[in-house]
Amino acid sequence: MAILELNGVGKSFVRSSRGKLPGGKVEVLRDINLSIRENEFVCIVGRSGSGKSTLISLIAGLIEADSGSILLEGQPIKGPGPDRGVIFQNYSLLPWLNVFENVYLAVDAVAGKLSDSDKRQRTEHYINLVNLGAAMTKLPRELSGGMRQRVAVARGLAMDPKVLLLDEPFSALDALTRGTLQEELARIWSETRKTVVMITNDIDEAILLADTIYTLTPGPGATLGPAIAVDAVHPRGRLQLSGLASCQKARRETLRNLTTGASRPVAGATVVIH
Amino acid sequence: MEKRFDSAAVILPLLGIGLMLFIWTAISLKVAPDLPSPLKTWQESKQYILDPFFKDGEMNQGILRFAFLSLVRVAKGFTLAIAIGTPLGFLLGLSPKFNQGFDPVIQVLRPISPLAWLPLGLVIFKQSEPAALFTIAICAMWPTVINTAMGVRSIGTEYLNVGRVLKLSPMKTLTKIMIPATLPYMFTGYRLSLGMAWLVIVAAEMLTGSPGLGGFLWQEYNSLVYSHILLSVLAIGLIGFALDRLMGVVERRFKTA
Ligand SMILES: Nc1ncnc2c1ncn2[C@@H]1O[C@H](COP(=O)(O)OP(=O)(O)O)[C@@H](O)[C@H]1O
Ligand SMILES: [Mg+2]
Repeated sequence: MAILELNGVGKSFVRSSRGKLPGGKVEVLRDINLSIRENEFVCIVGRSGSGKSTLISLIAGLIEADSGSILLEGQPIKGPGPDRGVIFQNYSLLPWLNVFENVYLAVDAVAGKLSDSDKRQRTEHYINLVNLGAAMTKLPRELSGGMRQRVAVARGLAMDPKVLLLDEPFSALDALTRGTLQEELARIWSETRKTVVMITNDIDEAILLADTIYTLTPGPGATLGPAIAVDAVHPRGRLQLSGLASCQKARRETLRNLTTGASRPVAGATVVIH
Repeated sequence: MEKRFDSAAVILPLLGIGLMLFIWTAISLKVAPDLPSPLKTWQESKQYILDPFFKDGEMNQGILRFAFLSLVRVAKGFTLAIAIGTPLGFLLGLSPKFNQGFDPVIQVLRPISPLAWLPLGLVIFKQSEPAALFTIAICAMWPTVINTAMGVRSIGTEYLNVGRVLKLSPMKTLTKIMIPATLPYMFTGYRLSLGMAWLVIVAAEMLTGSPGLGGFLWQEYNSLVYSHILLSVLAIGLIGFALDRLMGVVERRFKTA
């Protein structure tokens, strides 16, 4: 059974007129269908402005869909909740709390019944998991971008969500830091096997991490392309991947879907493969 | 490298003060013979400055004693102002409906002078001390109200979303997210409110005849000892400046991120 299911989800925004630009309704997402298995790592690749963050906000329950349904374990979602932990594009660490306190806030919210020492232990566990044990008492402003995003990852994992949602978690980092964090996420994920939906605009990142890749067509009215499977064991290494035929195929397909804007095969239409 | 002494930072302010004293002297010599010159002011006031804690009756005390009385009064009024102003600002910032209802009232109350509030306070409280506190509080409250409301309105959605995803209780959301996010704005409001409270103190003490810098100033005007007016005026200015600097330090302490 699918743990997370989106059926015909659509979302429009009402844009107020700005200067000479006319206002009106803008359809950002149209007819999004997605079914995610437990323990699956799904990447959604799309250009900026195509509606990726909107999709994550819909799944998180931070905004409401205009049409269609979003089911978590068969139940329609009702607003946001820690069962769908989010790692936001802009980190969103609370600047007045230190690393420990930022993560503890999440542990306390989902495991309020535990004793204080258990909660502290759990908080430290997740901070150590992202290799930040030495920075527990640092404030976010004292950390580099990469370290901040590690804290955000620790906080997301600490929510112990059914589905972990990541919105372009590494896009603001320099290439080297990004590479390190990607491989670290690959390691952590192969240990925890959380169900993950990750948004990215980096195809190589998707290939390194995902079981399944979907492309999002350019908006307005963006929708998902066909599923592209990445067959390779986890955790993967960048070097080992570059030689794998299955990965090269997935890479080609993702690129092609992105450039042609291919959407789901419609009944009766012919789909040319290769 | 040896740190060079920044002579301009010392000389220019001294020049400004010197010019000020010159104009003061010129006015007392040529324009208003009743105005004591700086020298005469010093001679007639030095007892109050050199022995700042002497007490010889309610209305004849050293300058720091008077300053202390005024500061206590301001502290009480200011505490009242922020105790009412902060929650009021939060309500205005949180609820657009509340804001719509109360904004016109606030806009009308805000420009009313302390000279207008004080008689009203005397009518309500029948005593000078509560009337003075009422006047200080109601005049000094508005910067706190307005800045707090603005701070609440500008809390980043990303912070609020963290609270929503974690399903924090309203109390936790308030203490862990909203108040810390608003603190820098609140303290800007507090600094401006304290400045306002200090402005009001003179008017409040003058009209109620309470002992303090303002009360002393008014009494000495009535007794024709004009040099003491100047003494009070200078003390009020210096203390106001010190208070603002002090609050500026506190305010910077709360700037997050
Ligand atoms: N709250 C909103 N109100 C109006 N328009 C919005 C809102 N959120 C997003 N949009 C618009 O929807 C489109 C997709 O935005 P977004 O999901 O952030 O894209 P992406 O994350 O893929 O870069 C953009 O054109 C953006 O301007
Ligand atoms: Mg985005």
